[in-house]
Amino acid sequence: MTRSALFGSAVICAALLLTNTMASAQELYGTLKKIKDSGTIVIGHNEDSPPFAYFGADGKPQGYSIDICNKIAEAVKAELKMDDLTVKYQAVNGQTRTPLLVNGTVDLVCATTTNTFSRQKQLDFLNTMFITGNRLLVRKDSGIKEIEDLKGKVVSANQGTTNEKVLHELNDKLGLGIKILPTKDQPQAWAALESDRTDAHMTDAVVEYGLIAKAKNPDDYMVTGRLLSFDPYAIVIRRDDSAFRSIGNRTLAQLYRSGEWEQIYTKWMSTIGQPMSPELKQLMSMQNYPD
Amino acid sequence: MRYNWNWSVLYTVPYLGWIISGLGWTILVSLVAWVIGLALGSLIGTMRTLPSPTARAIGAIYVELFRNVPLLVQIFLFYFVLPELLPREMGRWLKRDLPHPEFTMAVISLGLYTACRVAEQVRAGIQTAGKGQANAGLATGLTTAQVYRFILLPLAYRLTIPALTNEFLNVFKNSSLALSIGVLELTSRTRAIADYSSQPIEAFTAASVIYASISFLIAFLMRRVEARTRLAGTLATGGR
Repeated sequence: MTRSALFGSAVICAALLLTNTMASAQELYGTLKKIKDSGTIVIGHNEDSPPFAYFGADGKPQGYSIDICNKIAEAVKAELKMDDLTVKYQAVNGQTRTPLLVNGTVDLVCATTTNTFSRQKQLDFLNTMFITGNRLLVRKDSGIKEIEDLKGKVVSANQGTTNEKVLHELNDKLGLGIKILPTKDQPQAWAALESDRTDAHMTDAVVEYGLIAKAKNPDDYMVTGRLLSFDPYAIVIRRDDSAFRSIGNRTLAQLYRSGEWEQIYTKWMSTIGQPMSPELKQLMSMQNYPD
Repeated sequence: MRYNWNWSVLYTVPYLGWIISGLGWTILVSLVAWVIGLALGSLIGTMRTLPSPTARAIGAIYVELFRNVPLLVQIFLFYFVLPELLPREMGRWLKRDLPHPEFTMAVISLGLYTACRVAEQVRAGIQTAGKGQANAGLATGLTTAQVYRFILLPLAYRLTIPALTNEFLNVFKNSSLALSIGVLELTSRTRAIADYSSQPIEAFTAASVIYASISFLIAFLMRRVEARTRLAGTLATGGR
């Protein structure tokens, strides 16, 4: 074969390949293809965010976000008709979330991730699954009601979180002169509050209820003040993967519609004594897209 | 499955400022801890070679205590447990009124840990300098203190410069643990950038390059120090 003939047949091959892929629009791609090929779906999760994602007494990840992700795994199983689909779990955190999703180690992340536009440059999110915001976690006898009461006090917020950002912004805007202790994680922030090193901890309200529920003497602490930010939690997936996103969002809509979502909510949020609010219920009903 | 590279995140506001201030804290924590470590470590190391059994025992206990507990645990003990063990007022002062409590506690903790490692190097240096040198010094009428000051320690430091360089580099790398009690040093800032911007690979690459550059710079400077302080005819010069 001459060189030009070789080149010609390569072109024809490529063209055939191209038309072939274009012809079958239904062909799997992205995450669904990966799951089909490997026979495994990998759920990334937080380890220390009760009641959303944490390790249960049996050492397995559990929680509100995990339950929802398991439902999505079931939907994928049905969609791909894979009875032998293996569901694996892999712990992630704020720093490992992006690389592990992008390099394909995990297929979706079920945690307490706030959907933000800056994160959307790298990742994609399913529809909102929970809404919370920053409030203050304080000792009951501290007399602190609102953020304005924190003038000159010491307040912790975890390093690198949206909470820390909000605290810095409010501190500057309201001129409160708060001394900010950038804590590493929730247990450390709790230790600082408990040992009277700080006057308040600022994080998502629902996380604060979770921390109080776990405390030695939960009656000494409370969540106080108005909502200082808007934090819609969502399950994180890879970008440019609408087929997979569609299955995820459809699963969420079905959960809202069937009332299963309320059962999952009650199952986990009752463990931290947070009843369903009418506002949350209404916001969630807006996610109920028809089939 | 593709990563959107965006190196410009490293020099956009506010991330560039974070990297610079993080680097500043890293250098400050490391240098102050190194001063504590070198001074205290020299003292403890010398004590371990003194004729007095009490001094030797104190030195040995110190080294074993600090060497055998993980540094991270030590930092937590200093920060969270120590104030609770002290009388109430003192504990409260440590927690609330001590200026820059996170920084101070991190520096003390890292300094004390480094001291135990420096002590071992100094002890080894003194022992390598040799009993012969010490005995010769004593025979010429010098006191023990003079023998150490004029003969053993100058030799010991010269002998252990390569080992001390290693410890100096370790201080810089260990300083990243200060983030666990809230010092916003380089690693902590890098983690924050990674989380806010969702560009972790760029952020951690930058941090790695900065840490490596610091290490190369220190190694280079210490080699110069070693060359300048070399004494002809001593062990430090080997067969040359």
